[in-house]
Amino acid sequence: MADASLPTTALTDADAAHSAVRRAFGMSIGAAVVGVVVLVAVGLFSATSGAAGLPVKGVLGALFDWVPLIGVDSSLSTTQENILFEIRLPRLVLGMLVGGSLGMAGASYQGVFRNPLADPYLLGVSAGAGLGAVLALGFGLDLSWGPFDTVPAAAFAGALVAVLASMAIARGGGASPATLLLGGVAMAALFSAAQTYAIQQLNETRAREVLSWLFGQLNTTGWKQVGLLLPYVVVCGVVLFIHRRHLDVLRVGDDEARSLGLDPARSRLVVIVAASLLTAAAVSVSGLIAFVGLVVPHIVRLLISHSYRVIVPLSALVGATFLAFVDIGARTLLAPSELPVGVITAFVGAPFFAAVLWRDRWSTT
Amino acid sequence: MSSVLTASTQGSESAVRSAPALSCRDVRVSFRDQEVVCGVNLELDTGQWLGIIGPNGAGKSTLLRSIVGLADYSGAIALGDGQTPGAADVALVPQSPIMPKGMTVAEYVLLGRTAHLGWLARESRADREIASSVLHRLELTAFADRFVSTLSGGEAQQVVVARALAQQCPVLLLDEPTSALDLGHQVSVLELVDDLRRTEGLSVLAAMHDLSAAARFADRLILIDHGRIVAGGRPEAVLKPDLLSAVYGTPLTVQPIDGELVVLPEPRRRAKPPKETP
Repeated sequence: MADASLPTTALTDADAAHSAVRRAFGMSIGAAVVGVVVLVAVGLFSATSGAAGLPVKGVLGALFDWVPLIGVDSSLSTTQENILFEIRLPRLVLGMLVGGSLGMAGASYQGVFRNPLADPYLLGVSAGAGLGAVLALGFGLDLSWGPFDTVPAAAFAGALVAVLASMAIARGGGASPATLLLGGVAMAALFSAAQTYAIQQLNETRAREVLSWLFGQLNTTGWKQVGLLLPYVVVCGVVLFIHRRHLDVLRVGDDEARSLGLDPARSRLVVIVAASLLTAAAVSVSGLIAFVGLVVPHIVRLLISHSYRVIVPLSALVGATFLAFVDIGARTLLAPSELPVGVITAFVGAPFFAAVLWRDRWSTT
Repeated sequence: MSSVLTASTQGSESAVRSAPALSCRDVRVSFRDQEVVCGVNLELDTGQWLGIIGPNGAGKSTLLRSIVGLADYSGAIALGDGQTPGAADVALVPQSPIMPKGMTVAEYVLLGRTAHLGWLARESRADREIASSVLHRLELTAFADRFVSTLSGGEAQQVVVARALAQQCPVLLLDEPTSALDLGHQVSVLELVDDLRRTEGLSVLAAMHDLSAAARFADRLILIDHGRIVAGGRPEAVLKPDLLSAVYGTPLTVQPIDGELVVLPEPRRRAKPPKETP
């Protein structure tokens, strides 16, 4: 055999095969490190910009001081510390959680539906949440329950109803992606129509209030919203992270996936439920922030890898960075009044997305 | 010899010599009200190449799909130990595999380890070793970082075989493995499978369109027509001109060339124009 006569080349070939598999298996560490560094930088920039300018050094000092067992003199006044810990940081962290949730849910939806146009609102989450919020806000219902305020509770319930209805008319998560998608389209249309009709019935003040919620905003009252969202981020995030490999197997189609030993219907159901819960939770605290869930996974895919083992976690990271960055603009561009963050995500995201698409086309043709 | 499949063949050596690697008993598959596989019985012995031949729509693919659990069937499909086969026992090389955009050859071959993923859905070190030794064994290392969607037909087929090998199954099912390939690649893919059968002790069940290739590579053939086995046995017993012509609906001849059977369409005889009578 050729291998026996040329032991050295055989060895290097085996090594080359080995390292190729390691590259295929490995998470893009470099990209993850860069992502974390950028996230931290954006976070720091966000914490220090705004009407009450906080010095970078003081913010860093206060943050280190906050870590147990480390005592640093932050040089911030008590007022400044209050602004940092009760206004800036909750909003920053909420933006990161919402952006990360939408990015990760969008990536998961795109994998499950094998459709590049899939976004977290595909199965009617947005329309359902919208209808719930409109009904609650507009008609002054009181649905507050425990720590849950009326609007988040109503939006969350509406989102889940819409997703369940979509899955029900597609006869469960076991249905083919195309059937589910059509079920989602039908339910989204129905809920949107109901929502539009409900808004039309409202008086102007109430309608304006509802519309500003629909645009998406990151208003915080202390750490409350973060506390509401965090459990969903942890649980659903872990589930989606674990199932990212299943999304890669689904890329070869349901039949081949099953012959390789995956149960496509079961994997799809788990991923859809986790991604929908995550989206519903994010929407309930922040309204409908467009574009993040659609565009962020594509940016990761075009710039780094087509493998969901990379796309799912990095979409969370990039989504968090993107929304934190955009929110700086929402807070400061028209200060003291505020721009809806959902509008800026589209204004910033669309041209950036176009640039990435063009780059991709030029480099492949 | 780097044996890729030692783990899965060791057991079958001693224990299951007598039992077949795979057996089908009265397998029936229906779509709507139409039965497309009508009571098929077959036995695949360990290390054997069993070819399934028959015209389009005869039920060959459906039979293979039912063996890997992709079609609902009645009857019994069992391994040598009586178990229903799963993805760790039977690997399928599909007829027209999907080549996802942006997936590298190494990632594609790693998909073969899906059935062995742990709770965290991470390939173990052993899984990665298996994938890289398959790449090395099939001399695909140079392709390992290329995208599967950019491969030629012959390269792609090798990569699909590599993924099936990474499943480390004792039984390999091939569904028309060479239908999209030129002659040279047809031969090289079939020879590759034949080599693997010998070196790794695989049992091969292959639906084949090319009857001459079936005659050359298969130990035994079964001829299926309308979901029923109409003939089975050694290639020279099955490849009879009259039988084939009837099943395929066109005149065929079988010629021995250098000790191998070659199946050809009968030369077309042009009907002579009737002589005009003056």
